[in-house]
Amino acid sequence: MQVLEKDKEFICDAPNSEKKEERGLELLKYLIIGVIFGIVFVKAEIISWYRIQEMFRLQSFHMYGVIGSAVVTGVISVQIIKRFKLKTIKGELVQIPNKVFRKGQIIGGFIFGLGWAITGACPGPLFAQIGSGYTVVLVTLMSALAGTWVYGKFADKLPN
Amino acid sequence: MNEFMEWLSQPWPWYVAGPLIGLTVPALLLIGNKTFGISSSLRHVCAICVPAGIPFFTYNWKKEAWNLMFVLGIGIGGFLAMSFLADPNEIVLADQTQSELAALGVTDFSGLMPADIFSWSNVFTLKGLLFFVLGGFMVGFGTRYAGGCTSGHAIMGLSNLQWPSLVATIFFMVGGFLMTQVFLEPLMRWVGF
Repeated sequence: MQVLEKDKEFICDAPNSEKKEERGLELLKYLIIGVIFGIVFVKAEIISWYRIQEMFRLQSFHMYGVIGSAVVTGVISVQIIKRFKLKTIKGELVQIPNKVFRKGQIIGGFIFGLGWAITGACPGPLFAQIGSGYTVVLVTLMSALAGTWVYGKFADKLPN
Repeated sequence: MNEFMEWLSQPWPWYVAGPLIGLTVPALLLIGNKTFGISSSLRHVCAICVPAGIPFFTYNWKKEAWNLMFVLGIGIGGFLAMSFLADPNEIVLADQTQSELAALGVTDFSGLMPADIFSWSNVFTLKGLLFFVLGGFMVGFGTRYAGGCTSGHAIMGLSNLQWPSLVATIFFMVGGFLMTQVFLEPLMRWVGF
């Protein structure tokens, strides 16, 4: 029972809203989507430190095109899902939790932006960089984990 | 078949990559009611490995295991793309970017990432401290503090027309512009470029 109560309290930023529990092979479908995603990341050179530099120097449209067209596709898809009340393959109603405003989106967002321009990677590309052979990025990943942990440790003491 | 692989090996334009990334949002929702977001994986790893009794890391991470499969897939996808679909040519950058980076001391444009920075020999140097340790820490700390990263806020949040995600995205960009345009050069000089 205690676990159930904890579950209710826990609000993840990328939550699993499915009611049925998934195990083992059922999780493979997320792996497959991840693989496709990783291939796109590498082939569109989104994982490239150079491309991030181009973006923040306003010298290329590429990254703005990628993010912009991704958002447009996402907006249309979400509108369709909501309008037609689409269900998941298991027949559950699709749920998309709202994002709640906190000061962290300003302060934390700013800090992440500084780090993004240094590492040339947001969390997704970190994994793709490592997979594509830039193994030294493992150090960056360990450091990102440390950063996440330190935030968790002091979360209640930070302005929010 | 060979021609097809050659065609795939070229860098993909934004209008192919962007919609494919955008489609991840409905794909995850429809196959399992999952909200797209990648930085959460870092939190789950912390919750699994070093929860240390911290409330922020005490939750049923098993329910979120899908996110770890997803990022594992991203790594495998990176490996596959590099092994079978690698572009044999040098990366094509905007001339202006290339000359500005060359002026900073980044001169190797042979791969997707500058070998001048991203090599193991830099780990225990000031370069490593800046690009891996400090940069990585800010990415991990900042995304968690912001409650999401480019995927969770800029793509998922904006797709769902969430204004807090717009605020977050704006500040991601503000931080990135400031670092690139103002701090990066002095920092790179400081670490020996």
